[in-house]
Amino acid sequence: MGGKSEPAKSESMATTTTSPDLINSSFFSFKSLKLKTKQQELLLRISILGLVYILAFIARLFSVLRYESMIHEFDPYFNYRTTLFLTEKGFYEFWNWFDSESWYPLGRIIGGTLYPGLMVTAALIYWALRFLRFFVHIREVCVLTAPFFASNTTLVAYFFGKEIWDTGAGLVAAVLIAICPGYISRSVAGSYDNEAVAIFALLLTFYLFVKAVNTGSLAWALASAFGYFYMVSAWGGYVFIINLVPLYVLVLLITGRYSMRLYIAYNCMYILGMLLAMQIRFVGFQHVQSGEHMGAMGVFLLMQVFYFLDWVKYQLNDTKLFQTFLRITVTSAIMVGGIALGLGTASGYISPWTGRFYSLLDPTYAKDHIPIIASVSEHQPTAWSSFMFDYHILLFLFPAGLYFCFKRLSDATIFIVMYGLTSLYFAGVMVRLILVATPAVCLISAIAVSATVKNLTSLLRTKQKVSQTGSTKGAGSSKASSKVTLDQSQPFQKNGAIALLVGVFYLLSRYAIHCTWVTSEAYSSPSIVLAARGAHGNRILFDDYREAYYWLRQNTPTDAKIMSWWDYGYQITAMGNRTVIVDNNTWNNTHIATVGRAMSSNEDEAYEIMRSLDVNYVLVVFGGVTGYSSDDINKFLWMVRIGGGVYPVIKEPEYLVNGEFRVDKGASPKMLNCLMYKLCYYRFGELTTEYGKPPGYDRARGVEIGNKDIKLEHLEEAYTTSNWIVRIYRVKPPTNRL
Amino acid sequence: MMNLSRSVALISLFLLPLLSFSFSVDNPTDRRVLVLLDDLSLKSSHSIFFNNLKSRGFDLDFKLADDSKLALQRYGQYLFDGLIIFAPSTERLGGSLDSKSIADFVDSGRDLILSADTSASDLIRGIATECGVDFDEDSSAMVIDHTSFSVSDVDGDHTLIAADDLVKSDVILGKAKIEAPVLFRGVAHSLNPTNNLVFKVLSASPSAYSANPSSKLSSPPQLTGSAISLVSVMQARNNARVVISGSLQLFSDRLIRSGVQKAGSQNQYEKSGNEQFVTELSKWVFHERGHLKAGSLVHHRVGETDEPAIYRIKDDLEFSVEIYEWSGKSWEPYVANDVQVQFYMMSPYVLKTLSADKKGLFHTSFKVPDVYGVFQFKVEYEKLGYTTLSLSKQIPVRPYRHNEYERFIPTAYPYYGACFTTMAGFFVFSFVYLYHK
Repeated sequence: MGGKSEPAKSESMATTTTSPDLINSSFFSFKSLKLKTKQQELLLRISILGLVYILAFIARLFSVLRYESMIHEFDPYFNYRTTLFLTEKGFYEFWNWFDSESWYPLGRIIGGTLYPGLMVTAALIYWALRFLRFFVHIREVCVLTAPFFASNTTLVAYFFGKEIWDTGAGLVAAVLIAICPGYISRSVAGSYDNEAVAIFALLLTFYLFVKAVNTGSLAWALASAFGYFYMVSAWGGYVFIINLVPLYVLVLLITGRYSMRLYIAYNCMYILGMLLAMQIRFVGFQHVQSGEHMGAMGVFLLMQVFYFLDWVKYQLNDTKLFQTFLRITVTSAIMVGGIALGLGTASGYISPWTGRFYSLLDPTYAKDHIPIIASVSEHQPTAWSSFMFDYHILLFLFPAGLYFCFKRLSDATIFIVMYGLTSLYFAGVMVRLILVATPAVCLISAIAVSATVKNLTSLLRTKQKVSQTGSTKGAGSSKASSKVTLDQSQPFQKNGAIALLVGVFYLLSRYAIHCTWVTSEAYSSPSIVLAARGAHGNRILFDDYREAYYWLRQNTPTDAKIMSWWDYGYQITAMGNRTVIVDNNTWNNTHIATVGRAMSSNEDEAYEIMRSLDVNYVLVVFGGVTGYSSDDINKFLWMVRIGGGVYPVIKEPEYLVNGEFRVDKGASPKMLNCLMYKLCYYRFGELTTEYGKPPGYDRARGVEIGNKDIKLEHLEEAYTTSNWIVRIYRVKPPTNRL
Repeated sequence: MMNLSRSVALISLFLLPLLSFSFSVDNPTDRRVLVLLDDLSLKSSHSIFFNNLKSRGFDLDFKLADDSKLALQRYGQYLFDGLIIFAPSTERLGGSLDSKSIADFVDSGRDLILSADTSASDLIRGIATECGVDFDEDSSAMVIDHTSFSVSDVDGDHTLIAADDLVKSDVILGKAKIEAPVLFRGVAHSLNPTNNLVFKVLSASPSAYSANPSSKLSSPPQLTGSAISLVSVMQARNNARVVISGSLQLFSDRLIRSGVQKAGSQNQYEKSGNEQFVTELSKWVFHERGHLKAGSLVHHRVGETDEPAIYRIKDDLEFSVEIYEWSGKSWEPYVANDVQVQFYMMSPYVLKTLSADKKGLFHTSFKVPDVYGVFQFKVEYEKLGYTTLSLSKQIPVRPYRHNEYERFIPTAYPYYGACFTTMAGFFVFSFVYLYHK
């Protein structure tokens, strides 16, 4: 037993040895009804994990209970559509799918421009269920994929926590991550997005890699390579792994923690992971050609140099000679690497860093250079309040956990510290990356909670022992930290420990309450059906989006082209089954800019653009009646900016008055006559939206609109939903006699 | 029969308004024509023109323009296929007719001959404006030309123009050349520059101008020279045809019968060109000539017959379309060497001239460009005088599938070699390392 666990790091020896011990001992005491302590612990642990597994799943079902089993938001609709295609047409058709219904007239090669991991996962689950004679609809599978993988993530978190600290930390980590709002925000039922499986894959890869580094086992390294492959297939965030892992290796090399275990783990993981990742069409040769992946390759080469130096040192046995050799080798290796990188970049073989990557490192980059990235709300820098909202007590447990990690520094804790710090930086840069930081924050906080509680309880236990045995020095089993404080003031300490424990449990219960509240109130809205409170506190649902999309589906010709701002592209193709000009896959900035230009031009100019794009219908989202604030008028400045980025005839200041965006009488003439304004406010001047306000009172912006007499020449109103949220206009053919 | 019905279905897409009970797509010539007069005496003074129409089989229905029972449609269906308005001075049309209902009549694909004259009413001007033609605002102005007037002009104010600047189109004015000048006395008009559907059939000479002949010219005339159009035609997007003339006398028996000699010219003609001009023009405007119809666009891969749902880049395809011309009695194969097809995605990637087989079939074959996307086959045929053919058919073009690329390419053989020698070398090395001691 002891021999088996010897390769494990010395610090965690005490904890890792417990599990084989348990299993062995459980065989002997099988007959006796009374379980031994360790068996009890095992039972307790398994039942806790089981409960956490279920908890993680059911906590994410609020959205199904509140609304219905439906796909949420924007991107999930694309994922759902592709999954449907995959299950209907099979994998090869999916792989080669050329979609002529989006990005008209350019089309989109779906198979080559998506991360297929999510769809394939859902399809496999679907096929497995059908094989087992559970005839479910693919939509149900898609809706429940995210909660299912969130449950799996808790298991990985447990094992990860166990690997870096002990089983207690693992259990706490599992519980914390199961209900952490930062993770729930992206994994409620219906949030069928890449992140749903990607966080699982991310954590799994990290866990397997740390395990490989700890054990030096080729098998674990291979497993982590496959974990990495799954991650690459699921989400573009894999770039985080391929940069964090080399960074971690580099830190280990610098701090003199180079070992054969590390060599095996990294080389195997990198080479196999890279080869596997190349099988994903969307990623292709990026691992050897793009700047973002070059760090990993550099570290790989550095590892070889280290290994070579180790070998030379072993052969040489002459310190002075070796020092000289070391200097020459390291210098020449860095020089060769630098020259290769320089040549590769200069010749264009290695692509420079992409804008998205820059915008991660420099939070202000996107705002200045790539409006299309900056225009997405989830790409905004994170506010402090959202950290508080998403992490709650973890926010201050995190530094405490860091303290414990540094106190017991090992390869594994160095990893989790690096993971935590880098991902927290990225979380500060972009709101959506809170998600990536969540597992690290949960794990580190779990260490803090677990270590604290363990210290406190052992303190309490020591007291009991002390009182029982009468010995004054019974603190042998307790931690060194508690030993220091364990002197004269024993009664105070006991009370203090109890008080602290109560405090910890109070905090944790507050955390649980907060998480439940956030999940049910904030993160379970599908955003396709909007909910509001009526005057009497009753719940009102606005189902305008689906109403509009079904109208399109039923009432327009099958080859009709719909122009809308790109946000709604995926939903129109998935629910309306009609061709769109642009959608949420923002691969062609010029095309989006053309639509932005059409929306911000006057009707005549817009008509020319729409004719050239064969547009039949224009769809706008308008919140002036309901007070829905994320409508097209509020997004309008981004259309102007993106359009102006490509077509300089569109100038942002012309739409502003003294730098202020207005829609009332004081708005700029350009604003009052642009297509978007006209389409949103057409016939709105006749409508009284609020008692005591003049007609044409925009509730989303709280002003009376400036242009109430809107005449449309080239377009005509085709459909407006019951709450005016979606308005659809038909583009008229050119006049007969002119 | 199948083919016919299919082509009918397709044509109906762009000639949809034509599909009413009266004149069918298969027989586009107008049959029933309403003639609105402001004076029934015009019936006899313009009898040659009207009799000519009657002899060609038209059913003319003469009405006074202010007849209170006037109606163009009944129960939502038009009673007439064509409309002749010879009522320049009428201020209000009878019944429920107004300029808008005349415009609707044209928009429904029906044809119109509108003739103004000096002191044309606002109503007539309004209808003309709807069709892209603006008459001189001065109601007493006439076209005056001191160089190309007719010598038979007895008044001496040079308002009887002998115009010979005709549009060069066999389709509009027939194959036989109009030798004698056309006599014209009336009001000038100009074309709306933003309207590209209207064009001049009979233009004034560069020396013409529009002014009141009985008063002295106090300011330079607004309309001068070639900007003046005497007779214009407009073919709407739905192929409804409109003739607008500035002279009612142009159609009159008097000018048709009169001899003509252009000032400064030795050629003296027994008879003016008016009869031939108005006859040929009426043939065109009532779709006896220059009317085309096209069958559906047919395309398929070379060696196949069925139309695919999607093409692959670099596919070879064949394209054909049938085009027929209406001869006045039957559909004849259309013969031309200038019909083109575009393979279009935002701009034409392929532009090919179709070769005709004299049986109405236009055909070509080409290779799909190395670009994927949603393309359109487009036939946009706009030839002076002919009906506009505007056909398109959407077809997506996909890139290669994963298994359609070439498997083994010669340039890659060094890499294959390198790959396999590395594998073999690794195997040998491992074997030697493990078992050779």
